[in-house]
Amino acid sequence: MSVLGILTSANLNGGQKLATKYFTVAIALFGAQVLFGLLAGIQYLNPDFLYGILDFSVNRMLHINAMVVWLLFGFIGSVYWLLEDESGAPVVGLGLGNLIFWVFTLAVVVVVLVFLLVQVGPGELKSIWLINEGREYIEAPRWADIGIVVCVLAFFFNVAATFAKGKFTGIGGVLVLDLIALAGLYLAGMWYTPNISMDQHWWWWVIHLWVEATWEVLVGCLMAYGLITTMGVRRRIVETWLYIEVALMFGSGILGLGHHYFWIGTPEYWFTIGGFFSALEPIPLVAMVVHAVFDAGHHKLKSTNHPALAWIIAQAFGNFFGAGVWGFMHTLPQINLYTHGTQWTASHGHLAFFGAYATMVIAFLYIALQKWRGGVYMSSNLAGAWKWKWAIFLLHAGLIAMVMGMLIAGYEQSQIERAIGGSDWVAYFAAQSHRWFMQGMFWRQIGGWVFASGFVLLAWDLMTIGKRETRPAVQNETAEAAA
Amino acid sequence: MAQEIWWASTSFWRKSAIWVTGFSFVVLIFLTFDTVKQITAGSPRVPAYSVINNRIDYVFDAKRNFQVPVIGPEEPLFGKKLTEEEAEALVSHGKLTTQAKNCMDCHTLLGNGAYYAPDLTKAWLDPSWGSKEVREQSMVEFLMDPSDKLHNSIGRRMPKLGITEEEAKATVAFLKWMSSIDTNGFPANFKPIDQADAPAPATAEPAAEVGAAPVQ
Repeated sequence: MSVLGILTSANLNGGQKLATKYFTVAIALFGAQVLFGLLAGIQYLNPDFLYGILDFSVNRMLHINAMVVWLLFGFIGSVYWLLEDESGAPVVGLGLGNLIFWVFTLAVVVVVLVFLLVQVGPGELKSIWLINEGREYIEAPRWADIGIVVCVLAFFFNVAATFAKGKFTGIGGVLVLDLIALAGLYLAGMWYTPNISMDQHWWWWVIHLWVEATWEVLVGCLMAYGLITTMGVRRRIVETWLYIEVALMFGSGILGLGHHYFWIGTPEYWFTIGGFFSALEPIPLVAMVVHAVFDAGHHKLKSTNHPALAWIIAQAFGNFFGAGVWGFMHTLPQINLYTHGTQWTASHGHLAFFGAYATMVIAFLYIALQKWRGGVYMSSNLAGAWKWKWAIFLLHAGLIAMVMGMLIAGYEQSQIERAIGGSDWVAYFAAQSHRWFMQGMFWRQIGGWVFASGFVLLAWDLMTIGKRETRPAVQNETAEAAA
Repeated sequence: MAQEIWWASTSFWRKSAIWVTGFSFVVLIFLTFDTVKQITAGSPRVPAYSVINNRIDYVFDAKRNFQVPVIGPEEPLFGKKLTEEEAEALVSHGKLTTQAKNCMDCHTLLGNGAYYAPDLTKAWLDPSWGSKEVREQSMVEFLMDPSDKLHNSIGRRMPKLGITEEEAKATVAFLKWMSSIDTNGFPANFKPIDQADAPAPATAEPAAEVGAAPVQ
């Protein structure tokens, strides 16, 4: 029997041991994301800061790539975490999974070092293969792309083979199909063309169909497992909701891809298709809020793991507001003509990525830590609970300040640069130097510092939560075996 | 629940999820075939690379109710007319340069990228280059070493990225070609650089419409 409060991998199954490795790298990369975000934010206020050393482009690239990779690591970790529980079988090919973890991590380190030290290359194909692909979010050079595909395939093998050996639950089935789509879509971003319209067309297949479709379904699976784990919600209810979410998410999100096809050279019919389907995209997010809040209320907020439940609820609302409301605000072509490529997009990006994805990974970190410390108590009156509460508050307060600062700057840009100024460079800088824009950037930076302090507190809490607890976790009232 | 209502049943939603996903994906595939055809270089929406041999303008189209690119008379880039293959090689070199120098993590291209520096969709047509006579050379010089050039009043400067003269010229070719893409009126209300030819002698007839006059 494990000793409560002591962090030891003896408390974990094979998949979970591997998951904790992914989680550790994820949280380190989350820190890197925050750091480079702060540096890039400072450059808006003081453009000479690190000019010629770590230019805005480098900081921004590291900021967004650290985000993509830490979320991917968080997702992969979360799936390994639930794999043996869900399937009822030990992970098939765990040795391969462990090897791939080290390969993946090493590749990430090399890519980051090249981004930091080499930064740019000559205008030749070899630069794209070795240094930087120069395409937003998927800047990783081609060798790393191939490495990512290999790693994801090995991960997929672990997941599919384990479910096949054990049992395919509803969550397992959705997860496996979703991972096929996730791995397959990445291939759409792995070729070169001089044609920028074609380039952007396929690039959106990766970016949109990942972020607004397959990632959403993945967090739907994670939420389903999270609600069962933290509150003992009945599996039948959770899985029915999951299918509803999948139907609504793919039903709106797949053709919602069209809202990125308004201005890149693609035909005019995308105005109608993209506008219509992307306007429906918030609906599944409403369903997720109803689902999470209803279940939490039904169980009278009684939970085995308060911090995890708090982050799951934060996810439901963050996803709805960040992806749903903030996305809907500028998704119709009539407004998007003026907001496309302004801080409006950045505001939406920050709220959506944090609200929909970072929150869910953090919830899983707390679920993991509870078991890692031997199934320790994590409900009300937890020792040192102020840390997780203040962390969740500071992270959200900082995020909201950033998002509102960028939104106001985006409003101002849409009006001054686009609607009045005529979108040329003089108009661009008239908007960038406008007092309202600069105020937005100033408050964004303040928000960034608050967010960073929240991150530090979160990291501290993750290292210490449950350490001094000797009570065992409370049991779910309606916990039931898989249906 | 003793009697399960059909619309609340797990199996109904599982089937719905499969059918809705499959149907949406099939529709997307059909649309993708058509879209890819329409955005292949050499199509009306995305012109062939040799369009850099001509003047490119951005003119209001009353029927479509937004500005569209208009291909004007011959105006070869750097005074040299290129074949389709040469033009493609040059534009491709420029595109590779924009990727290798990571332009998109400060600028937007077709509105996508980062928001620290101006959009480059119509960079070729931006009035900031002064006049069409000095534009090509100014762009090349700026790209090769922007650090000491005039930028703006807020102190943001493009860094020196080690762009060679060849790469700079290729990048200009890429930017000129990109300005010919039909972007459904993005950016809106844009006032392009004056590209009209020098006024004809007073006795001459007004020049025939070539559709390249700057929009008012």
